Amino acid sequence: MRPTIAYQSVEMYNQWISMKFFSRIISQKNIAIFTQLVAADFKIKYQGSALGYFWSLLKPLMMFSVLYLVFGVIFRIGDSIPNYPIYLLLGIVLWSFFAETTQNGLQAVVSREDLIKKIRIPRWIVVLSTSASALINLVLNLVVVFVFAIFTGVDFGWTSLLLIIFILEIYILALGLSLLLSALYVRFRDITYIWDVVIQAGFYATPILYPITLITDPIILKIMILSPIASSIQGARDAFVTSETLTISEIFNSPYAFLIPLGISLTFFVVGLLYFRKQSKYFAENL
Amino acid sequence: MVDNIAIKVIDVRKSFKLPHQKNDSVKGIFLNLFRRKKSYEKQEVLRGISFEAKKGEFLGIVGRNGGGKSTILKILAQIYQPDSGTVEIDGNLTPFIELGVGFNPELTGRENVFLNGALLGFTKKRMMKMYDDIVKFAELEQFMDQKLKNYSSGMQVRLAFSVAIQAKTDILLIDEVLAVGDANFQKKCFDVFESFKEEGRTVIFISHSMQQVIRFCDRAILINKGQIVADGDPEVVAIEYDMLNDETQKNNTSRLKPKTTREARIIEDILSEFSEDDKLLEVAAGDGRIVKIVNSLGIKMMGTDSINGKKTSPVRLVAEQNTIEDVTGLIITDNRPSLTDEVLQNLIEDIGNGNFPKLEKIYIHMPFHHYQSFVKNLDPTALPHIGDRRDPLDLLRKLSRYGFEAITVSSYGDLAFQYRTFVLRKFDEDYKEAIWNS
Repeated sequence: MRPTIAYQSVEMYNQWISMKFFSRIISQKNIAIFTQLVAADFKIKYQGSALGYFWSLLKPLMMFSVLYLVFGVIFRIGDSIPNYPIYLLLGIVLWSFFAETTQNGLQAVVSREDLIKKIRIPRWIVVLSTSASALINLVLNLVVVFVFAIFTGVDFGWTSLLLIIFILEIYILALGLSLLLSALYVRFRDITYIWDVVIQAGFYATPILYPITLITDPIILKIMILSPIASSIQGARDAFVTSETLTISEIFNSPYAFLIPLGISLTFFVVGLLYFRKQSKYFAENL
Repeated sequence: MVDNIAIKVIDVRKSFKLPHQKNDSVKGIFLNLFRRKKSYEKQEVLRGISFEAKKGEFLGIVGRNGGGKSTILKILAQIYQPDSGTVEIDGNLTPFIELGVGFNPELTGRENVFLNGALLGFTKKRMMKMYDDIVKFAELEQFMDQKLKNYSSGMQVRLAFSVAIQAKTDILLIDEVLAVGDANFQKKCFDVFESFKEEGRTVIFISHSMQQVIRFCDRAILINKGQIVADGDPEVVAIEYDMLNDETQKNNTSRLKPKTTREARIIEDILSEFSEDDKLLEVAAGDGRIVKIVNSLGIKMMGTDSINGKKTSPVRLVAEQNTIEDVTGLIITDNRPSLTDEVLQNLIEDIGNGNFPKLEKIYIHMPFHHYQSFVKNLDPTALPHIGDRRDPLDLLRKLSRYGFEAITVSSYGDLAFQYRTFVLRKFDEDYKEAIWNS
């Protein structure tokens, strides 16, 4: 007897989804769809450009060069920090990863309109596949960071591996936001402009260019570091570049303070996932 | 669910909110929030659809554009969510709402095949196995490493179709994907459809081409304004569909022009075969449009006989009217083959009974592909009767007993649907002699 797929009105459909939801996520079929979408994105992205994949590396490096010239050489903001160039580069790379994931993720559903309207693939795969290309870029960029770090004489240790944990925290937040924004974007097309402004503002509200020690007001400092991005970037710098970085546990004077931004990340992820699941059934007709 | 039912749809309803002005902006949302006014219209697309499809059935869903047939297909494919009602599906289902989903012009043919295959639910392993078959079927061996943008549109369709037919699922949903491609490729598609049929797969075929539905489907459902208005034998449903189209045509001013190339062809034939002295009667035709057009062009047509969705005996119906004695020509034009059979069968009887004393010429325009497949596939001894469809040549032979001989035979149409025209003329002994002597 073959399995019977039945769905009865909205409630039944929800049940059907939830019962099989987790066992269906990592199926052979979904893996095939995911890898093919990622591969296609990756191939198309640099079609026709002479330097191809190198642009992924050159973009943050060029941005780094400009910012380093202005803030490091001219304004001499980073004089107090050992290894300021690598400190700045890591911040830029992590922020670019967050910005790229959310900006691409926001467009994910709308730009894949052709698929959503024509076939029955799990909708979350399109969001996940766009985030994968940002992840690939991140890995390429981290290679550059690593090479830089060797040349500038950064001390590596086991704690350097903590970097992965902080990247994961940023990724969870970015993925949650992507799910939320991409579902919202189906109905409200203004979101993309708003999000561009948020990203722009976020770049300056996060201690990327400047050391967080420049903030003297303790309340603003505490609010600032509660952002999962800020605390992750600070944490990553602490683990990878220099232990002189001011981290969230030092600011709050508690080793458990990192749980707050982590909680914020997870909350965004769960909210994004739930909202996406609720809306995804109507994507085909709302697009 | 009962074991032999593949798809069961019970009272499915679906409506869409159509905004008067699409609220794509946050500003619009805020404005409407304050106004507290509904700025959309609810459009009911499906108003309680119920039907079943048996396993191995080739079910056609027809209807005019906007009637809801695509919506029902998307609900079956679980792309849309019904507002209420139940859909039960027994078995694996592959929807083909469009060919070549996900095709990207910047990727090569090979890359597109793997992308499209994954989206249709094939794993990488299976794709590797099927790849050679796909390329072979599409006849694109030397093009696979070229970018898709360098393909002609026909090549793209061929490639997409070749991937699609690899789906070995129990249930297939097909939405008018055959509208494209050259004749040769169309024939290939039809062969594949025949093989689906032979393999006993359940196919739901959505089309507004009644001809394709008659050709392939065991059963047809006609959807109009979100409701099922007819369900049953495709040929009968075709009549309902014609009537539905005519209702909307009635308001059109272009009524006195041929609607289709087929109609134009028939009218052209009539004008060349018959003269102004002939008194013509059209049987088994439907709505009388041909009569009106021909009348307006100068040839006297005495009228038409229309059938109201049933296989009646039109010639007999006409025979009951008193105009019969004067008729010199009969015109039989119908796109339902079994109806033409019926008419011919009755006509033979009527002529045998002396009902058409002045009849001299019979013009028959009929779909012929059914008979072609008879001749091709079947044992000749089985020819005269297949179900209720008779060999038309046999019927024509019977007519020759009463002196009617075919004077011209011609055909036109495509592979899916071929029409054949027969013109029969009564040769009495004197006439034959006159010809011999001259």
